[in-house]
Amino acid sequence: METVTVNELTPNDLPWRIEWDPCLCKLCGSCVAACTFQAIRVSVEARSYVYSQGDVPTPLEGERYAVPVIKQTATVQQHCVGCGMCEKTCPNRAIRPRRNEDSRWEIFAREGGSPIKRGGRANLNAGDRTFDKIVVGRISQMTDPSLDAERHTFDILAPFGRVLPADKMPLSVKDGKLSLNKPLPPVRWIYPLIFGDMSIGALSPRAWEAVCLAAACLNEKYNLPVRMCSGEGGMPMRLLKSKYLKYMILQIASGHFGWNRIVKAMPEMQEDPAGILIKIGQGAKPGDGGLLMAAKVAPHIQAIRGVPKSDLLSPPNHQGLYSIEESVQKMFLSMNAAFKFRVPVGIKTSATASSVSIYNNLLRDPYHIVGGYFIDGLYGGTGAANEISLDHTGHPIVSKVRDCYLAAVAQGRQGQIPLWGAGGVGMTGNAAADAFKLICLGANGVSVGKILLQLMGCIGNDHSRCNSCNTGLCPTGITTQDIKLVRRLDVDKAAQNIVDYVRAFDQELRKLMAPIGNSSLPVGRSDALVATDKAVAEQLKIPYAC
Amino acid sequence: MCRVGAIKSKKYTHPAKVLYLMLPQQKGHDNSGFAMVMQDLGGVFAPYKDLPLLSYAGNTASVEKIHNYMQGKGFTLRFEWSPQTKPQSGLDIALLEHYNFEVYAYPPEYQNAERSVKENLLTNTRLALRAMTEENDAAFVYSFWPDVLTLKEIGNPADIGSYFNLWQEDTDFCAKIITVQCRQNTNYAIVRYAAHPFFLQGYTVLANGENTFYVKNKEFQKSLHRGYLGFESDSQCFLYTLHYLQHELKWPLEYYKHVITPLPFQDLAKREDKAVLLALRQSLPHLEINGPNTIIGVLPDGRVINVNDSKKLRPVVVGGDGETVAISSEVCGLNVILPDRDQEKDIYPNEREMLVIDNNLEVARWKQ
Repeated sequence: METVTVNELTPNDLPWRIEWDPCLCKLCGSCVAACTFQAIRVSVEARSYVYSQGDVPTPLEGERYAVPVIKQTATVQQHCVGCGMCEKTCPNRAIRPRRNEDSRWEIFAREGGSPIKRGGRANLNAGDRTFDKIVVGRISQMTDPSLDAERHTFDILAPFGRVLPADKMPLSVKDGKLSLNKPLPPVRWIYPLIFGDMSIGALSPRAWEAVCLAAACLNEKYNLPVRMCSGEGGMPMRLLKSKYLKYMILQIASGHFGWNRIVKAMPEMQEDPAGILIKIGQGAKPGDGGLLMAAKVAPHIQAIRGVPKSDLLSPPNHQGLYSIEESVQKMFLSMNAAFKFRVPVGIKTSATASSVSIYNNLLRDPYHIVGGYFIDGLYGGTGAANEISLDHTGHPIVSKVRDCYLAAVAQGRQGQIPLWGAGGVGMTGNAAADAFKLICLGANGVSVGKILLQLMGCIGNDHSRCNSCNTGLCPTGITTQDIKLVRRLDVDKAAQNIVDYVRAFDQELRKLMAPIGNSSLPVGRSDALVATDKAVAEQLKIPYAC
Repeated sequence: MCRVGAIKSKKYTHPAKVLYLMLPQQKGHDNSGFAMVMQDLGGVFAPYKDLPLLSYAGNTASVEKIHNYMQGKGFTLRFEWSPQTKPQSGLDIALLEHYNFEVYAYPPEYQNAERSVKENLLTNTRLALRAMTEENDAAFVYSFWPDVLTLKEIGNPADIGSYFNLWQEDTDFCAKIITVQCRQNTNYAIVRYAAHPFFLQGYTVLANGENTFYVKNKEFQKSLHRGYLGFESDSQCFLYTLHYLQHELKWPLEYYKHVITPLPFQDLAKREDKAVLLALRQSLPHLEINGPNTIIGVLPDGRVINVNDSKKLRPVVVGGDGETVAISSEVCGLNVILPDRDQEKDIYPNEREMLVIDNNLEVARWKQ
């Protein structure tokens, strides 16, 4: 008889259980080799049988023998995350993870006294989306014609940069024509979809390269001026010195990672970057600095960031910053000056109850150097965070973009500092619908991240599947620096998937612009929307319909 | 759909002309109203061209209220005129008690004031009169400006013409520029303020169409000028943008087209003046219009313009006979009032041009 060991973990305590069918298994070991989390292993188990002969049961012990089996590991460190690589790799589909509704994971996962850390996205309340309670409800019918998404021309571009009001522009009339007396602050008209801030470090070199490739391809082949934000962590020297830098938005965050290289590369840059984004906070873990676990600080990351191998924590605040006035003066001025005022500089914060105050402050911008306000909402993703931040802090993006837009309207300053929204755009797969609704509510454009990972092959979801970007063990080679895992990712296919998605996104935007009769982006055209939820309608100041 | 019309003539023209211009187009509108603005007035108003003319309609109490206010502010009534009405049974018209057109002398302290000071006084006075008569629709104060007269009413245009005796041409009631529209709006409640043409500080605009960027325009315009109010119709936005660019920013006229229907980015990039055009587009995206529209405007100097939406989704035609130029939604209107014109010279403006009719009746086509 075995002792009952109540406090030992068994697979039924874990969030995922492995189902393995020994009848189908040919014992090739592929699943064990594929599992980056070592959540399954090859083991040998004892078997025996008892038999009986004759008319009366007379148990006799048969032979004892050992069989090879695939066994689930039951430890906190090596638990199944449900990634399903075992099933993907099994030639006979003999093994798969199954969600365990009796999981006690939340109870014992803090083993060792440290908070749960993970990557991915918020896993609570993800099903109840405001986006899905809004419908494009003002359709051009008899009063005005719908446009033809296939044949009409559409202008789908968004500003990134400080826009001056008409009466502040340095214009004069000469020979019946307006002329500019001096240059305006730099404004880039870009596609209203930015590939959001994922650092080289958070992503594997191949994944990061795939996103870069997709951005370049969309620009050069399909004439869609999509921009990609570097994330905090610099970028390869070759890219900094290449002409493709013009497609990149450089991010600076509180750790200043990678900026040593960027500054050194400046004299040799062929092109200006598309913009600079100062990161104050991010939606997935508001109030928390960036985090790159040591497991992912591979030699090339050490080189790019100029750091030793260790956990890399960006402080929650930019050092030496006391107030928003200072931030405008110090950070914006210095970043504007870095490229001699030729490159727009924006700022990103997590969505917060105080976003409107922030935007109001930015709108005053007496120096004309604030080129955009990027708000990152609750459902944004991250490479690594404390789970408590991921699941329990943050602010939804939809009402926040709306509040900020209406605050600008109240001052007659809408459009002067472009508003960009992010955090859950495309969560259910259709980024165009989410983007369009956010634009009607006042955003100039949106930023996406998670959907790009999913297009590249990430199998994580908003219901606790995988979300192990922090571990360095990403089974799809997307958020790992382990060279063997990185090789799993087909960089060309990953880039192609993104390109295809954005091309479809563009068509889908037209399919929403055409029925409301607009050939330009309907920024702030809230009358195009109706809400099917009264509270949402009231909060967003759009009509309710049922 | 609305139908719009405008007449600009070298000779004084009676409003009967615009009724004849609009009547053949009645299948296109719904006979729900008649509104016109007359500018460069002749007849009984000819001696008072420099003095402000107040156009309003309302009940007896409001008339008294208005007179008291004007007196209190130092305005002196110099001339008053009301159309000779011909009440008949069976007319489709929503009548008010009084239709008054009153010419005032400026208060003494303003008589030698600068033009801009006088303009502000007139606008402030009209806005004050409007505010004080708004309750229970006591009165509708349409315009208060020298040499400008506005008449609006709900009902069948032919009947309205009969009631105000507009079918009978005479030389007392006439103008060189008349803009007209025959339909009450359907997007919002039917109120007289919602009927085109709209007038503000020398600028008149009327339109046939649907401004689908109405909310964007309105939210932006509200903070630009105290006179940008009402917004009972999405077409008021066209007037306010024209006024803002011309009167406030003092930009040349061609930029009206560039602001309301900016060139697509890819076309803009090929232009020599791309820096300026891009600056305007990015600074004033909230004044861009979308949807089907043809817009007729009258400028303070008497020029009449026409512009269209960027896809040219509404009809309009311009024709003239040397003495008169008319703009009409449909050519059938022109055929009635200008039967002898050379139809070969009719102009059907396209989506990328602005037509400007000057005081010599020369029609310039400005390509955007």
